[in-house]
Amino acid sequence: MVDKAKLARQFIEAIPHARAMGLHLSQIGEGEAELTMPYNEDLIGDPRTGVIHGGAISTILDTCCGAAVMSHPSSPGGTATIDLRIDYMRAATPGQSITARANCYHITRNVAFVRATAMDDDLDLPVATATGSFTVDGK
Amino acid sequence: MARSRPEPMQVVKHRRDAALRALVDGVPYIRFLNISFDRRGDELTGVLNFDEKLIGNPFLPALHGGVTAAFLEVTAVITLSWEHMFSDIESGEIDAEAIVTDESIRFPKTIDFTVDYLRSGLPRDAYARAFVNRAGRRYASVRVEAWQDNHAKLFAQATGHFLMPQQPRDKG
Repeated sequence: MVDKAKLARQFIEAIPHARAMGLHLSQIGEGEAELTMPYNEDLIGDPRTGVIHGGAISTILDTCCGAAVMSHPSSPGGTATIDLRIDYMRAATPGQSITARANCYHITRNVAFVRATAMDDDLDLPVATATGSFTVDGK
Repeated sequence: MARSRPEPMQVVKHRRDAALRALVDGVPYIRFLNISFDRRGDELTGVLNFDEKLIGNPFLPALHGGVTAAFLEVTAVITLSWEHMFSDIESGEIDAEAIVTDESIRFPKTIDFTVDYLRSGLPRDAYARAFVNRAGRRYASVRVEAWQDNHAKLFAQATGHFLMPQQPRDKG
């Protein structure tokens, strides 16, 4: 049997935009994934405070959700986002890295359902949460 | 009573372009994605200038879904800020050049943002336009659509809710 986690890792690490943002896949397997993004001044959304732009948070959450889908035991391979909703609870603290965790909690032949959370150093209060549906594609 | 003579076109254009530039160019993340804005009167179109680093699936290839979401969100926030500030920019109450440095000028904050991915983003330039459904004193609802070669074939659309900047006097 093919190691899904390994395939998903190879795919995520080959994404040009994930590399441009400095995303690092720290954990993957069984429909769950964890990604980290170091603080980077290029990703600032408010130059007066140094807070990271919401769009960069969306990107790490979307990537993390996709990785979770690909690593699910029932996933045949690829995936694409159908719908993604992000709720922004608070501004990320400037200078801190962002960690995203995603869980593909249900998958059918055609659709995968995923939830994800983005956090900085304060693990008690997430920066943002995401809910999404993704396609289930063959290889 | 005779109405006052309209301002010379160049004066109007200079003021509006300077304000838009201040709004957009001061944000590092907008530069990182290389998003620019076309302005016709008060109407804005966001332009995502294609680059290889925006790719999310190198095998298709296709734009990264996060890039699409970010492009839609940037277009929504800039359009909302622009419409919110437009009358003050026109009256001279907001100095165009000071938009990003003036601490008292605040921007709308995203509460939630939902993206509907309609087809994969091709590896080329993309365009987006936002429509403010409603901008109240505290909250705003904005719809935004994005297309590439053919405006009739959107590749993504989104709806977001935003917290409008509160004037300090409101809190007292």
